[in-house]
Amino acid sequence: MSLYQVQKLIYQLNRDPRARQRYANERDAVLGEYDLTQEEIGALRKPDIGLLYVLGVNGQLLMHFAALHRIEWTDYLERMRQGLREHGPVREGVYAATGYEGVEAHDARLKAERETR
Amino acid sequence: MPLVYCGACSHAPGITGRAERADTQTRQALETAFRRMGDEMRATRPDALVVIAAEHFANFFMNNMPAFAIGMADSYEGPIEDEAFLRIGRTTVPGNRALSRRLIENVMQTVDVAYAEEWKFDHGISVPLHFLTPDYDLPIVPANINCQGPPLAPLARAWAFGEALRRAADSVPERIALIGTGGLSHWPATPDSGKINQEWDREFLRRWSANDREALLSYTDAEIYREAGQGGFEIRTFIAAAAAAGGAKGRIDFCEPVPIFAVSCTLGSFEFPPAQQNTSSS
Repeated sequence: MSLYQVQKLIYQLNRDPRARQRYANERDAVLGEYDLTQEEIGALRKPDIGLLYVLGVNGQLLMHFAALHRIEWTDYLERMRQGLREHGPVREGVYAATGYEGVEAHDARLKAERETR
Repeated sequence: MPLVYCGACSHAPGITGRAERADTQTRQALETAFRRMGDEMRATRPDALVVIAAEHFANFFMNNMPAFAIGMADSYEGPIEDEAFLRIGRTTVPGNRALSRRLIENVMQTVDVAYAEEWKFDHGISVPLHFLTPDYDLPIVPANINCQGPPLAPLARAWAFGEALRRAADSVPERIALIGTGGLSHWPATPDSGKINQEWDREFLRRWSANDREALLSYTDAEIYREAGQGGFEIRTFIAAAAAAGGAKGRIDFCEPVPIFAVSCTLGSFEFPPAQQNTSSS
């Protein structure tokens, strides 16, 4: 149930400018309105994007929460990787890390393929 | 009036939000293909465009998640994303409440669709419109298939939704165009973002182009998750568009993997018989 609550808070922040304003001005009060564990509150406050990912927050919510905190895309991806290293596999939700060479190596491989066409 | 246009395209937020980080040639070719798709769609003189999208928690959440929904308003706001993130300015897009209502009533004959008098567009609709109708001058009827929060409607129901939309579009006097928007294999917004299963995408598009209902509906969600990632669940929008095409064959106008956009950017349309394309309302 707790993951649901974390995601619901982020959902509200993503879609409602007034919720974002309240979160900026009265963070404790807003966090108190959701049934969250101390670990979740800590992860949201920091924000610890890596831990939120490991807790199972859907990326379609999490990437906007990262953008709200002005975390750039490459940094966002790296923070999730760091989270996996620090906290282990995703605990709940739809995600499992599958292993990926990364965008740069993938781009280089595709470029080489294009050049041999 | 029979449906005048039917197609499908990618909607990845990176297409606009991280545009400059892609290979320049590929990006320019993609944008050209998108604009051509818009030109072709608008050449059919539609009165409204139905966009079957896979929204991403802009309107619907797990407290009350519809399997299928259609918007019913005279205007919609979007995109909800941070403008610096998506690089598409927030705007108001015209809808047509009365037309939506007639379409919904017809769809409801076979599919228990939810309706929404408020709807905020996210990248699932805003990225395609940015290229297809950049002046936002064509009324939009947004439709959604839940592809984010399992349990998800089975693929056969996505097909039924597409068929129902086609029947509804054919039943109204207005000229209706329709597109599905979504990704094929992808692992968006995760550490694996950029991973693409090109072989799986090619096989899916082969089935889609052939409009092979049985083959399209033979995937299981377990197989999609394993081979195409959680993003692959969005094939439901492509499948609904195939159903709406009513047996017409598809044509792939563009398909290139772009890791920084997290998908194989794909644009396709169905070949409607010329007689139908040229049907005039006069």
